[in-house]
Amino acid sequence: MSEFFTSVLLKKELCKGCINCIKRCPTQAIRVRDGKAFIIKEFCIDCGECIRICPHHAKVATYDSPDIMKKFEYNVALPAPSLYGQFNNLDDVNIVLTALKKMGFDDVYEVSSAAELVSEMTRKYVAENEDKWPVISTACPTVVRLIQIRFPNLIDHLLPIYAPVDLAAINARNKAMKETNLPSEKIGIIFISPCPAKVTAVKSPIGIKKSEIDGVLAMKEIYPMLLPYMKESVNKVEDLGKSGRIGIGWGSTGGEAGALLTDNYLAADGIENVIRVLEDLEDQKFERLEFVELNACAGGCVGGVLTVENPYLAKVKLKRLRKYLPVACSHLDTEESADAFWTEDVPYEPVFKLGKNMRESINKMAKVEELMHKFPGLDCGSCGAPTCKALAEDIVRGVAKEEDCIHILRDYIHKLSDELSRFDKKK
Amino acid sequence: MNEKIVLRYEVDPNDFTRAGEASSNVKRRLKLLGVDPDIVRKVAISLYEGEINMVIHSYGGIIEVIISPEEIEMILTDKGPGIEDIELAMQAGYSTAPDNIRNLGFGAGMGLPNMKKYSDEFNIESTVGVGTTVKMKVFIPKE
Repeated sequence: MSEFFTSVLLKKELCKGCINCIKRCPTQAIRVRDGKAFIIKEFCIDCGECIRICPHHAKVATYDSPDIMKKFEYNVALPAPSLYGQFNNLDDVNIVLTALKKMGFDDVYEVSSAAELVSEMTRKYVAENEDKWPVISTACPTVVRLIQIRFPNLIDHLLPIYAPVDLAAINARNKAMKETNLPSEKIGIIFISPCPAKVTAVKSPIGIKKSEIDGVLAMKEIYPMLLPYMKESVNKVEDLGKSGRIGIGWGSTGGEAGALLTDNYLAADGIENVIRVLEDLEDQKFERLEFVELNACAGGCVGGVLTVENPYLAKVKLKRLRKYLPVACSHLDTEESADAFWTEDVPYEPVFKLGKNMRESINKMAKVEELMHKFPGLDCGSCGAPTCKALAEDIVRGVAKEEDCIHILRDYIHKLSDELSRFDKKK
Repeated sequence: MNEKIVLRYEVDPNDFTRAGEASSNVKRRLKLLGVDPDIVRKVAISLYEGEINMVIHSYGGIIEVIISPEEIEMILTDKGPGIEDIELAMQAGYSTAPDNIRNLGFGAGMGLPNMKKYSDEFNIESTVGVGTTVKMKVFIPKE
């Protein structure tokens, strides 16, 4: 990836320059400069924590407007399984799918259906690649990006298979082209997403060359639009659903791993927990584990920043919905599906590196240590960096100065006024 | 010009909540320095094993890590019971860890063998009743 993209936007006029987001960011990617928050793009992993925490709603996610459908002649909606967990008393996903068609989509292709295909492929991959254990799931783009910039030794463990939404996009496009005879560019593949990280994953995909998704809509924006159509659909439900318990289970933590039909897995969610698990995985603290499912959001995809419902309630709703469904409805041998293995290498991107070479880096690190002795160690955030250490690193990187620390500035002013008064007396 | 970074960590005996702190910290720094991931891995594994050994067996000690452009040197010095038969202790699978430690998933008898395996230079000295010193080096190939 040559250019770094982030799906988080700052509404400058709303930003007060407080320290909430810089403190919450798990990769210390945010600084307050000139009184406004600023994201260091190459450090950002699109987890959305800053959007969640900002009390002034100055941080917003980028996503497409439903108007994007007007660009295409034929639109296919790709609903994420977490969408089904947003509604009260929903007992049939077909109601949601029918409503999507009433809303203006020409067809629907459930991401959960592609997820069942990915689960089948994963089962085979895990069984055949014992040397890659524990295999780490790659459905959450935030986790993949995090590993790419911070856990180089784990890159080899990444599951080299398309995320369900990316496979769904290819399959949906092929199906639409076949059914309509339209050229590819006239077909819009529109994902209804629980999180903004997918916006980034579409613009700068990891592991695949190009994403087949044309637009990403926010679940929270589609939700109120869908409700009236759902009421309308109840009386005449189209049978569109093609996923079972496995596919819909992907919407919350444990669903992906549970679909592998082994007990030998670990599933963790919430970005801080994910980082702790990755640290320990890197130290090889887990032996004989086959699979690791990691979700940046608490609760899994139902906890995405663009969802409406409380993630834990959404999880209950998904559970109820799944209860009477068949285990899986989509299978590789019966479904027409594209080959879904990654085609691109995932190189380590050492974005946090201090210097150009080891000698320069050591020098800079020594300077960081030196600065740390000067700073009060309060991690107050007044300088705009999340910790004293982050400020010290910024200084050696040449993007901040010592006097940004208000404690150092205060000492400096004291000294200056002392000298001035001495000068005054001499006179 | 500073050519070296010297890091010092104290290790508390039996404090499993803090075990691994030194190796995590060193790992983070090596990544900041842009050290090759394979080297980071070797250091992290050998240092973590050593740290855990100190937590399980010693009465406390000091870990010193010296990073230079050529190598990473780790010196682990503890006060403790010492090792009676070093050759035996170096054998894979040999362990004197008590049951309560084994129940925690430690004490598989792979600590010292792994430290030797993952470091490029390994040296151990021990005096019974006084303590043990392990010196390890991982070399950094020229850029």
